Amino acid sequence: MSEAAEVLDVRGLLCPLPVIRAQDRIAGLVPGALLDVLATDPGTLQDVPAWCRVHGHQLVETQSCGGEIRIRIKVQ
Amino acid sequence: MATQVKAVALISGGLDSMLAAKVVMEQGVHVEGVNFFTGFCVEGHTHAIRKRRGAKPKRNNALWVAEQLGVKLHIIDVVEEYKKVLLQPKHGYGQHLNPCLDCKIFMVNKALAWGFMQDGGFDFIITGEVIGQRPKSQRKATMPVIARESGAEDRLLRPLCALNLEPTLPEREGWVRRDELFGFEGRSRKPQMELAKRFGFTEWSQPAGGCCFLTDAQYSRKLTDLWRAHGHRNYELDDIMLLKVGRHIRPAPHFKLIVSREEGENRYLEGYRKRFTTLKSISHEGPLCLVDGQPGPGDIALAARVVARYGQGRNAPVVTVAAEEADGRRRELRVAPLTPPEIPVAWHV
Repeated sequence: MSEAAEVLDVRGLLCPLPVIRAQDRIAGLVPGALLDVLATDPGTLQDVPAWCRVHGHQLVETQSCGGEIRIRIKVQ
Repeated sequence: MATQVKAVALISGGLDSMLAAKVVMEQGVHVEGVNFFTGFCVEGHTHAIRKRRGAKPKRNNALWVAEQLGVKLHIIDVVEEYKKVLLQPKHGYGQHLNPCLDCKIFMVNKALAWGFMQDGGFDFIITGEVIGQRPKSQRKATMPVIARESGAEDRLLRPLCALNLEPTLPEREGWVRRDELFGFEGRSRKPQMELAKRFGFTEWSQPAGGCCFLTDAQYSRKLTDLWRAHGHRNYELDDIMLLKVGRHIRPAPHFKLIVSREEGENRYLEGYRKRFTTLKSISHEGPLCLVDGQPGPGDIALAARVVARYGQGRNAPVVTVAAEEADGRRRELRVAPLTPPEIPVAWHV
């Protein structure tokens, strides 16, 4: 995860709020932009990728370590 | 070239809205889904809080439905706006605190507004309503009320029961063929099952109590108790979220205990340590407890005895419980756990 990405911190929020916040942030980003979603709800590991699939955004990478989750999305 | 007709479908994650969207998609209409987060949704949060049971990871059913249909799903935060729906429902409540009719009117109106705001606009709204399916909101008499009061008027199409209603604009304009819509009515799920089979759907969500906590008797009791304790009926998202978590025990009108029932709830309540006094047994394994309200010094000792009762030390003569204030001040209490008969049923909210 070395490329410059915008960061969305939704730690402490429960699904679907992380998805909603990511959706709203991505609405303002241009194709090709990267967004890192920082979350703590394990549900984001299911829901954010599912949301990316239905909207055609690319899920670049997910990391989960010590209760902290980082999901990188490439806006399409 | 003909203009592509577009429809917004209300997607709850259940079977009916999934079928309704599919019926219209089959007619060549471009469909996108919307799903509203009110704060009372069973979907998402509860499953995230509660420890996972079984190997199957929890999914968001509205997103799952969107994937099955191959449509975009827009999840919209309506927590603030929804307060008015719950607190001042024009059409009243159902069996519990569920303002189902006002809720449906609100959601159709929001879907309509969302559709208008999109580039190019959307032509009509789809819901999975079936006449007679729900006693409060899905009756023949309420269908025109929803259409009228939402502002959708005849741009509201219910593909599953359209044949029991007057033709709507999409039908009259030929955007959809009426003879390919349905006339489902009543509480039977059989016609939906058969249609699902026809479309090749083999799986769908069937939440036992519906998709909203407000239809749940116990949740409604907790919400009423919260309002009574606060002295007003307003609420914040955290208030209503916490009603979904743990045992709620009110030993006195001025304070309430929220005691976690399992690991997932423990983790969730940890996030509130800086906003509540918390209690936790340190001599034995035990749940985390938030103390909500204005407890006095003696109340914390009583609360510690309640918390001790729900931990591994419940049969021990003495349990050490750490009490931590929101500002981090900490003390330890050595208490005798209450026995079950010492916790009156009336304390359980």
